[in-house]
Amino acid sequence: MSVPLGTLPRWVNYGLLPLLNVAVAFAISGLVVLFIGENPIEAVQYLVVGALGDGEGIAFTLYYATNFIFTGLAVAVAFHGGLFNIGGEGQIYLGGLGVAFAALTLDRFMPWYVTAVVATVAAFAFGALWALIPAWLQAKRGSHIVITTIMFNFIAAALMVYLLVNVIKPPGNMSPQTRLFEEGGQLPKLGGLMQWFGLDIGAAPFNVSFLIALVAVVAVWLLIWRTRFGYEIRTMGTNATAAVYAGIPYVKTVVVTMLISGGLAGMMALNPVMGDAGKLQIDFPAGAGFVGIAVALMGRSHPVGIVIASILFGVLYQGGAALAFDMPNISREVIILIQGLVILFAGALEHMFRPALIALFAAKPKSRPASAAGAT
Amino acid sequence: MPRMAAPYFGCGNAGPVRLRRPWIPRRPVAGSTGPFVAVYRDRPMNAPTAVPTPAIELVGIDKRFGPVHANKNIHLSVAKGSIHGIIGENGAGKSTLMSILYGFYHADSGQILVNGQELRITDSQTAIRAGIGMVHQHFMLVENFSVLENVMLGVEGGVLLKHGETAVRAALRGIEQEYGLDVDPDAIIEELPVGKQQRVEILKALYRGAEVLILDEPTGVLTPAEADHLFKMLAQLKAQGKTVILITHKLREIMAITDTVSVMRRGEVVATRKTAETTMAELAELMVGRRVLLRVEKGEAKPGPVVLSVENLTVKDGRGVTMVDNVSFEVRAGEIVGIAGVAGNGQSELLEAIAGIRKASSGRIIMNGEPVDRDGRVDPALLRKKGLAHVPEDRHHMGLVLAFEENENAILGYQDDPKYLKGPFLDIDAIRKDAVEKIEKYDIRPADPRLKTANFSGGNQQKIVLAREIERDPACLLVGQPTRGVDIGAIEFIHKRLVALRDEGKAILLVSVELDEIRSLSDRILVMFAGTIVGEPEAHADEQEIGLMMAGIGREAAE
Repeated sequence: MSVPLGTLPRWVNYGLLPLLNVAVAFAISGLVVLFIGENPIEAVQYLVVGALGDGEGIAFTLYYATNFIFTGLAVAVAFHGGLFNIGGEGQIYLGGLGVAFAALTLDRFMPWYVTAVVATVAAFAFGALWALIPAWLQAKRGSHIVITTIMFNFIAAALMVYLLVNVIKPPGNMSPQTRLFEEGGQLPKLGGLMQWFGLDIGAAPFNVSFLIALVAVVAVWLLIWRTRFGYEIRTMGTNATAAVYAGIPYVKTVVVTMLISGGLAGMMALNPVMGDAGKLQIDFPAGAGFVGIAVALMGRSHPVGIVIASILFGVLYQGGAALAFDMPNISREVIILIQGLVILFAGALEHMFRPALIALFAAKPKSRPASAAGAT
Repeated sequence: MPRMAAPYFGCGNAGPVRLRRPWIPRRPVAGSTGPFVAVYRDRPMNAPTAVPTPAIELVGIDKRFGPVHANKNIHLSVAKGSIHGIIGENGAGKSTLMSILYGFYHADSGQILVNGQELRITDSQTAIRAGIGMVHQHFMLVENFSVLENVMLGVEGGVLLKHGETAVRAALRGIEQEYGLDVDPDAIIEELPVGKQQRVEILKALYRGAEVLILDEPTGVLTPAEADHLFKMLAQLKAQGKTVILITHKLREIMAITDTVSVMRRGEVVATRKTAETTMAELAELMVGRRVLLRVEKGEAKPGPVVLSVENLTVKDGRGVTMVDNVSFEVRAGEIVGIAGVAGNGQSELLEAIAGIRKASSGRIIMNGEPVDRDGRVDPALLRKKGLAHVPEDRHHMGLVLAFEENENAILGYQDDPKYLKGPFLDIDAIRKDAVEKIEKYDIRPADPRLKTANFSGGNQQKIVLAREIERDPACLLVGQPTRGVDIGAIEFIHKRLVALRDEGKAILLVSVELDEIRSLSDRILVMFAGTIVGEPEAHADEQEIGLMMAGIGREAAE
């Protein structure tokens, strides 16, 4: 008998459960803060105020969230196909190279929006390219994609350092980075958008790539639930045997899914490279590729969930920085610990409360029409 | 990996089970409850006095899974030292009941009495402590461990293995001598044949002190000879005073080995009989709830031109074992060709090769005059376009994506049909409308195209697959086990649809392990044994004749 043990109502599955996970993560974080000898309530205040208290805080939060939306979507698309892409980090890095090429080539004689379009395409293409080899190895040779993508992170890091130090760096410059992009190679800040809400962006690098991220959110939703290819991705990811039966070509589906996933990760580079620094620097992905995994897990691989989870992680990043600044006892490491707890509870311990919730919400069998009428 | 097809153990009167009497134990065991067997046998079951405490008694067990009432107020008493059969169709609730007894599930209400004492079995550890052992249909063995290590697993008796190893080795020797279970303790599991692996499962249970042994569909994975051996073993266990509960849906096994049999139907125990006092016909009737006469109303076939032609097809499985060996046959328009055979004789691989899922190692498959492969490569999508529909044997693993909504499964395999598309996008409205039409036509319940497929019952899931494939109006339909786990009402409907499709002039290739189904539906019958087609009996050949062929005995006669 393979009867499912009751399913949870949507609001519990997508609302209450993640909320509960985050709440527990914060409760334990509170204990840690208490242990250090600080007041947890005060700490939460600093964190929340730092992240959401003023225009600049919100803008910073959304700047970080933009990164996580891209990487979360990248992980989610692969997840739907049953593939675990943990190579976001490397794909972002390579995506940055694409962005830099576009910006360095066009910034002197093109307006920013032309450069942005070319850079977006280049970022997608470079990120996708970096996912191509692991995808091909998985599809053709059965090499596990988790292993290959993580190895490609290291290769990407090494390659990028080499390129930045030996090839791209302008002569006479001491630091391994490109020259500063001109105005035509920088994404405008969204100060105007913030003003609509009566908020001041301050020095925050919140920029147009946030809007590109939102477009990507809609595009991914359409792809997964409204296109034939998305249907094929989901079939392959949920039941590989049925996918073979349905004549869904495994190699092609794996490769294209990973190209999309890698491309989305690559697009993240727009935000820090063209939107913030205005140049390509070493180590700019800064772990966003890995945060994307937690974001996708927490957002249940659903675009809307990913946006919400991204904002939560944006709050943690920005609020965490503020907290470390205002409470010197709480070091950068403690902030990482809190983030780790959120990842742990939202991702790894995802099923901890599920049995209890099922007992609570699914135990009462609602009067379903025509229940066991047709055999079992 | 396709799952092993459900077994059909023997058939007709040609089953390989010869042994009806228990073995005489080589060495009587002190304190054995052997005498109870005699007592039990000589007295009517319900005699109020002198009936020994039953080994297991289930009182009013009730279990629901959401809308599915899997066990309804079950009362069951298993006498000590007996072999008690539980028989019922797939999905009748047998496995659920045993899972409750073994602590995998909790009953919503009811009591379990072990040796007359009420016991709350909260997990399998409690069950093991109470002397209940279970041999699962799919073995719970660590494949790359040795027999000894597997038996020791979970009862190592300390941090270091040395001590436990010695103890297990000694105990195993004792158990082996006592029950005649000869298995080399140092053999690696994956190198053992399936029959021996099962023996290791039994050893595991015995080492843990099992007095009651539950076997869930134990012969499903066994060859007839292995099954034969298993039954000898069970008889031996019984002679030593152990109690055996045998779950199966095969009447022959029940008749061959059990003392008492309980019949389950739709979650209820509908009858308990002494095996000696019942017949296969009666049990069959009890199982399905009415007289079983799977007669299908159909007229004469009017075979047209050849639609599907298989020539010298050889198919190997993943391990390189030849499963289909140089098979040739034809299916004409307007006829149903049935392939009979004991499960695991190559029917599944044959079906998959024709459907383009499995690559043939040699031979040709020709549909409507064209070879189905393109330069040796097969493609199920292309075959579908050419009008080949396929109802796979295993709907859970192949025919459906259980996590999908019903309407999403209703287009599986046809997702590139322009009817369901608007450019690259799915035409959700068209898909759902189409799904609703099929739901109405096939009376799929509940009639909700948005419901998750896993929440449909087995019979309704099968109807989802059938509706999808039959409504494509294919030129050729491959059907594997069309009515497995499907209730009688739905079976009738499915059979009618298949016959109607035939009458529309379609070619149908039917694979089923239910000989009754093959006989009642097919216009021509091919019998498969060990990967080859051993014969083509007359459409009206009796069960016994086909049964002999299925057992490989008719091979010479057929050639």
